Amino acid sequence: MSQSAVDVPPKGGFSFDLCKRNDMLTQKGLKAPSFLKTGTTIVGLIFKDGVILGADTRATEGPIVADKNCEKIHYMAPNIYCCGAGTAADTEAVTDMVSSQLRLHRYQTSRDSRVITALTLLKKHLFSYQGHVSAALVLGGVDITGPHLHTIYPHGSTDTLPFATMGSGSLAAMSVFEAKYKEGLTRDEGIKLVAEAICSGIFNDLGSGSNVDICVITKGNKEYLRNYMEPNPRTYVSSKGYSFTKKTEVLLTKITPLLERVEITEVGEAMEE
Amino acid sequence: MQIFEYNGSAVVAMVGKNCFAIASDRRLGVQLQTIATDFQRISKIHDHLFIGLSGLATDVQTLYQRLVFRHKLYQLREERDMKPETFASLVSAILYEKRFGPYLCQPVIAGLGDDNKPFICTMDSIGAKELAKDFVVSGTASESLYGACEAMFKPDMEAEELFETISQALLSSVDRDCLSGWGGHVYVVTPDEIKEKILKGRMD
Repeated sequence: MSQSAVDVPPKGGFSFDLCKRNDMLTQKGLKAPSFLKTGTTIVGLIFKDGVILGADTRATEGPIVADKNCEKIHYMAPNIYCCGAGTAADTEAVTDMVSSQLRLHRYQTSRDSRVITALTLLKKHLFSYQGHVSAALVLGGVDITGPHLHTIYPHGSTDTLPFATMGSGSLAAMSVFEAKYKEGLTRDEGIKLVAEAICSGIFNDLGSGSNVDICVITKGNKEYLRNYMEPNPRTYVSSKGYSFTKKTEVLLTKITPLLERVEITEVGEAMEE
Repeated sequence: MQIFEYNGSAVVAMVGKNCFAIASDRRLGVQLQTIATDFQRISKIHDHLFIGLSGLATDVQTLYQRLVFRHKLYQLREERDMKPETFASLVSAILYEKRFGPYLCQPVIAGLGDDNKPFICTMDSIGAKELAKDFVVSGTASESLYGACEAMFKPDMEAEELFETISQALLSSVDRDCLSGWGGHVYVVTPDEIKEKILKGRMD
């Protein structure tokens, strides 16, 4: 039996069998599609008791906003979270993959995951694809050795920093950090600074927008504040909604009733002995 | 010429109160020539799960066949239907597997999950999931669809009103797109029944 006749579920990893066909289409003049990017402002900072991560919530497809409230702060381990910028599919796939690998590692070693473990797994994967997996990440967490914050670039290089920003809005956010960051911030001061940095990205960078998500990680505890701030509410909601004067003309209707589950409650007679 | 503009398509899904609606246009073209006016873009995976695929028509059909195959395997192993969230993860994984030579289509998945809670999501061609609580759009008419749905959508609509809203949004958007149209195909799914309607639209 030929291999191609049976489409068994694959063992994992990338499959390149459509590349030749896609190249042929590109040569004939058909341009390749654009992917969903997370234009983004993502930030992280280390405060007195741990790490605070922040992100905006806009996902773009070219110049169009595809998702007004997406989640860019991904779970890696109970004590480690990762913000992702770049191609959305790559950041999601890479963080999910490393999160699974960390869980298996936790089962094997019976210990909490360390941030540098996640860092090494991510940078090894990204370097091996030479930057083609376009994921720029801000990784932060608190483990047994203390709070850590790292940035990871698509080609696999990493930095360890007390405060970091990535994405198209990184310059806007970094300006806020450079002006106002100091060591030993309290939790409330830290949250306020992160929210301010993300807001400066939201308002000044076109690739970032909508709301502010914040994640505070301390020793033994984490708080994921989804939509912590919503500085861009919709101001033009009509309570009446749309009234359609002319109904749509229907040519054909087919109704398929679905089987309803009927509960039979019978008071049966006892079996004769 | 963009690859997605080779065949032309428009798919939209909306969430209502314990129901969902998924709609598509019916044109199949080769660049500017129309070759079919009854192309099926939305397919049923099981009674409470539908997938609409926009983009290159050959990949639409191939991907649909692969997904039905995987769902049948799942049914054999688990002896039950797949939940919509699980199916969305499956589609995302199948698309991401071809990250460097992708299927040139964008799926829109709509289903009723546990407790008849409607679920919709869309993905780009490499599997980046985008969950939404109101509506999702895909295809060459997507920019008009974003605008029309944004204006016409209301939360918690019943099935009749949801059908009217999604039909109006679809028809008004494809009227502004040369590559899609020639009627509409709408499925409105509630826990008790599936209503499939074919809409009369402009045939130009």
